[in-house]
Amino acid sequence: MHPAPSVIIFTTLSGLGFGLLFFLGLGLPVVTGMVAFVFYAIAFGLAVGGLAASTFHLGHPERAWRAFTQWKTSWLSREGVCAVAALLVMGLYAIGAVFLGQNWSALGVLGSVLSLGTVFTTSMIYTQLKTIPRWNMKLTPAMFLSFALAGGALLAGQVSIALPLLAVAALVQLAYWKYGDDALAASGTNLGTATGLGDRGAVRAFEPPHTGSNYLLREFVHVVGRKHAQKLRVIAFGLGFALPLVLLLLPFESTMLKHTVAGLAVLAHLAGVAASRWLFFAQAEHVVGLYYGKR
Amino acid sequence: MTELPTSTDRKMGLVIDLDTCVGCHACVISCKGWNTENYGAPLSDQNPYGADPSGTFLNRVHSYEVQPEKGHAQLIHFPKSCLHCEDAPCVTVCPTGASYKRVEDGIVLVNESNCIGCGLCAWSCPYGARELDLAEGVMKKCTLCVDRIYNENLPEEDRVPSCVRTCPAGARHFGDLGDPSSDVSKLVAERSGMDLMPEMGTKPVNKYLPPRPKDTVEEEIDILAPLLAPVAEEPKGFLGWLDKTLEKF
Ligand code: SF4
Ligand code: SF4
Repeated sequence: MHPAPSVIIFTTLSGLGFGLLFFLGLGLPVVTGMVAFVFYAIAFGLAVGGLAASTFHLGHPERAWRAFTQWKTSWLSREGVCAVAALLVMGLYAIGAVFLGQNWSALGVLGSVLSLGTVFTTSMIYTQLKTIPRWNMKLTPAMFLSFALAGGALLAGQVSIALPLLAVAALVQLAYWKYGDDALAASGTNLGTATGLGDRGAVRAFEPPHTGSNYLLREFVHVVGRKHAQKLRVIAFGLGFALPLVLLLLPFESTMLKHTVAGLAVLAHLAGVAASRWLFFAQAEHVVGLYYGKR
Repeated sequence: MTELPTSTDRKMGLVIDLDTCVGCHACVISCKGWNTENYGAPLSDQNPYGADPSGTFLNRVHSYEVQPEKGHAQLIHFPKSCLHCEDAPCVTVCPTGASYKRVEDGIVLVNESNCIGCGLCAWSCPYGARELDLAEGVMKKCTLCVDRIYNENLPEEDRVPSCVRTCPAGARHFGDLGDPSSDVSKLVAERSGMDLMPEMGTKPVNKYLPPRPKDTVEEEIDILAPLLAPVAEEPKGFLGWLDKTLEKF
């Protein structure tokens, strides 16, 4: 799949933002006043910024409101509904915390559930696609959720929670890569089933239907970046999980140093997740590539 | 509404004969010609006369080579357009309700004035049957020439999809695949019409007729063959000596 920057930015930032909102809603930490303001500004900035970026790739962004209507069948629609609900509920909760010094915990819990629900619905947009075997796995929502939770805990300053969550996310990431690499072969779809000619012999794409490129090739057949995949995996894993874990485990005495190190851990994690998300798209093989003799 | 109908009154669709298609691409051109000036937004081209031309097409013809275990390889031309699937994933993923499947004839269409151009339907289609038009920012796909097949302003013989009308080889057939007594259904039964990527669970309405098996030559049947045995013999005498000597150099 073409790794469109808008979608990578969207899923990376909003995942982190909704992850932070999840912890804030649960009162981890309980914050009020100015501190709360800073926390919520970061959370909403990430979540809303990500959502805004996702509209950049639309052909007709001015009609985006229509995307809220088909929640009965469409995961994309459900994501929109869930995101707006989460932002509204957490917005109210934030007003209580910032301006009234209140902690309306029932509202916060509801907001937390909706925030995590938004991450889940986002992941299901990809997971539901049988046409992309690498995404069509239970590990896809597991990856989106574990990343959002680990990043959220990190941003919320919940070191003792972030440590195990980062470890879990790291394991999910490794499992995703391992099973993802075999997913296309395991799906049983190949040029033989695509053309229905497979039981007569070996099928080979002989002549493409067009000499130039087209939407399908640009959108679904992205082979260019794949050759650096192994290096990028090491970078994604190192920055996203290994480095933050090491940083959090370093024994620092002064709070000042602790904060700097935690900040560094967040930045490393963000860069790592962005690299992982790039790979998520660039390495995904759409079965339509088979018709072109590519993958 | 992007909920799929539980059943449709008719299942209009195409039957494509892979035995007959000669790969001339006439259907590709007639499809583009008809559909760029009728239903919905035109099918735009980008950089059509430049170094890297590309454009929106609703029908494309691939060519494949099949190498059986024994015998010669076979070249098969393979036209591909929307298969108007019964379980169309492109419809259910659409967030706006722009994509829908009609109850009366099963045709899958895009209401272009509701489409936001998110592209998700094209992601969900295993067959590459949907292309986002770059000029218009909306999703384009085969309409089964919905503006021809019921069009009483056209002479009767033209009330079929443009590709079917155009095909010089008669490789494309149009009809109701939900009616077992229709010509297309009989053709599918007779020639063991098949689904593409059945494992995707899309239940395509369009069917493909596999190429008929090729004749195989069991023994030498050319009665003239013995008379055509090579006459050139090894040169003898002086010529033979010359031949050998020259080969040394
Ligand atoms: S062929 Fe593709 S676009 Fe057409 S109905 Fe099936 S899934 Fe949808
Ligand atoms: S591109 Fe248009 S028709 Fe396709 S899913 Fe998006 S809104 Fe629906």
